[in-house]
Amino acid sequence: MPGVKRIAGRTVALDRRDVDTDQIIPASWLKRVERSGFAAGLFGAWREDPGFVLNRPGAAEAKVLVAGSNFGCGSSREHAVWALQDFGFQAVVAPSFGDIFRNNAIASGLVPAKVTEEGVARLFAALAAGPDAEVVVDVAAREVAIPSAGLAEPFELADYAQWRLLEGLDDIGLTLRHEEEITAFEASRPVWLPSLAGQ
Amino acid sequence: MTARLFDKIWDRHLVASPEGEPPLLFIDMHLVHEVTSPQAFEGIELAGRKVRRPDLTVATMDHDVPTIGLDKPIADELAAKQIERLKRNCEVHGVTLFPLGSPEQGIVHVIGPQLGLTQPGMTIVCGDSHTSTHGAFGTLAFGIGTSEVEHVLATQTLRQAKPAAMAVTVDGELGPELTAKDLVLGIIRALGTGGGVGSVIEYRGAAVRALSMQGRMTVCNMSIEGGARAGMIAPDDTTFAFLEGRQHSPKGSSWERALDDWRSLATDDGAEFDREIRIDASALRPAVTWGTNPAQSVTIDDRVPDPSAMSTPELRQGAERALAYMGLTPGTAIRDIPVDTVFIGSCTNGRLEDLRAAADVVRGRKVSPGVRALIVPGSARVKADAEAEGLDKAFTDAGFEWRSAGCSMCLGMNGDILAPGQRSASTSNRNFEGRQGPGGRTHLVSPAVAAATAVAGHFSLPGDL
Repeated sequence: MPGVKRIAGRTVALDRRDVDTDQIIPASWLKRVERSGFAAGLFGAWREDPGFVLNRPGAAEAKVLVAGSNFGCGSSREHAVWALQDFGFQAVVAPSFGDIFRNNAIASGLVPAKVTEEGVARLFAALAAGPDAEVVVDVAAREVAIPSAGLAEPFELADYAQWRLLEGLDDIGLTLRHEEEITAFEASRPVWLPSLAGQ
Repeated sequence: MTARLFDKIWDRHLVASPEGEPPLLFIDMHLVHEVTSPQAFEGIELAGRKVRRPDLTVATMDHDVPTIGLDKPIADELAAKQIERLKRNCEVHGVTLFPLGSPEQGIVHVIGPQLGLTQPGMTIVCGDSHTSTHGAFGTLAFGIGTSEVEHVLATQTLRQAKPAAMAVTVDGELGPELTAKDLVLGIIRALGTGGGVGSVIEYRGAAVRALSMQGRMTVCNMSIEGGARAGMIAPDDTTFAFLEGRQHSPKGSSWERALDDWRSLATDDGAEFDREIRIDASALRPAVTWGTNPAQSVTIDDRVPDPSAMSTPELRQGAERALAYMGLTPGTAIRDIPVDTVFIGSCTNGRLEDLRAAADVVRGRKVSPGVRALIVPGSARVKADAEAEGLDKAFTDAGFEWRSAGCSMCLGMNGDILAPGQRSASTSNRNFEGRQGPGGRTHLVSPAVAAATAVAGHFSLPGDL
């Protein structure tokens, strides 16, 4: 997975809260056993409306999605992250995220930038005034900016998540550095715990 | 030093707490199903890794399995391929699989407790957000994505920043017409869809203690609908009675030792929570959702709410959008809303107790003409047990379809779906747009209300019939 330091490009503004992962990628797409090829399914039902933000000119080149609070709530499907990435998004900016979606995003290299409610409102306002404005998501500085509007909003991202995104690190590889501790822990587990051994 | 139940389970699973990194948590049981695992197995194979603990991993098929015509090949090619892939992955990696046709097949969150694989004090994960169900046993159980599934397959651990601990205390007693489903819908209504984000909820109080294990599972199951990472209930004699004698429960002297340990799994007196909400059970009434998220519910005695009366522009806008999707007019009495379909099943309400409650309502009655009514047991075992009690006959005599186990119309992956514009009364957990099929309109209710609604043709309580 390549590291991601700075994203600059067009934005899609989706001013809705509680956008659930069923909307991001409908269940019919979850039968695929591959990790890519989900772009056409992204917001599948909502895209049937010609006025939907993803159908507007320039949306196909967008790299950043700005959305309302609790983005990615609901189902654990990581396919939601893959669909956003397949479409071309590299970051989602919102006041809050569903916990599982946020973890999935970090694992797959999609930046979940948590900006305050007021900050996201300012971004929406600036994007309403200038929908073609370039938005810059600086992972190293933890800041979302619209330079043409003179707007810069800090975002929250835990240090470890930031490091993983910047370096594109394989989490499993990092964990396996602790293999001795895992083995020692395994030897200390109570005997009554269930096991499928010999099934 | 006082500790909360959540801290006690968390602390005993810490493998390592490296400086500047989230701690590594050991996972006692990893549940796997066909939809969120193929890319994870592929990942470990591409990296030349193996499944570290196949003995702590168990798989079944539930999300896109057919619930009729099990004797025939699966017609949906993509689903068939995905199911075949799980079989292959389990064979190659030595993972126990309960495939379609096995007496132990079923919804992953129904079979874990049924087999005794879910025990107090454990950590359980699955690539499914309703893994929170297992918290009913005093277990830390939560849903994960496919990358994390791969991480657990390879390391039997997860890296997790410690969530906050929230207490939801339910005082008083649930009235006779109320079920665990009404309770949890009431809790989510108070909490909001994002109210639990970043938290693990401990459900406490007299009304929670009085619930059966099935009821506790229904409550914990829907923790994620309030945004919470997990939900849990301290184990007690109800828990131990449920577990004793199950296939994977401890036996003999191990049972005694386990019991001693499990009795210590409670929040200490005086321990404080990061956040606490209190609900009065006696103020609740049977719940029906009217919108497109599980927090948008009213009681069956209410009317469809008026968005213009809502407190914030955000809530108003959300309600207007939801009502437009749902095809509802503010002020309509909930009981006057007709339904096309009734679905009884899912990891929320697809257990034997749920089917008994529904059968008690429909016995000797008929499904309203024009209503399609489905019963989908949560597992093959639930189906067999229900048939041994004659519940299937009560349902089929009334005009219900009696199906085989799976997730079915809860998420509509297997072809059991609503047609666009159709309206359902459903015992499942999500009323999101299109959840039960594109354009479908879902109202979440308890099994008793679903059964009464099937008979009446519009939202009803058993007592209304």
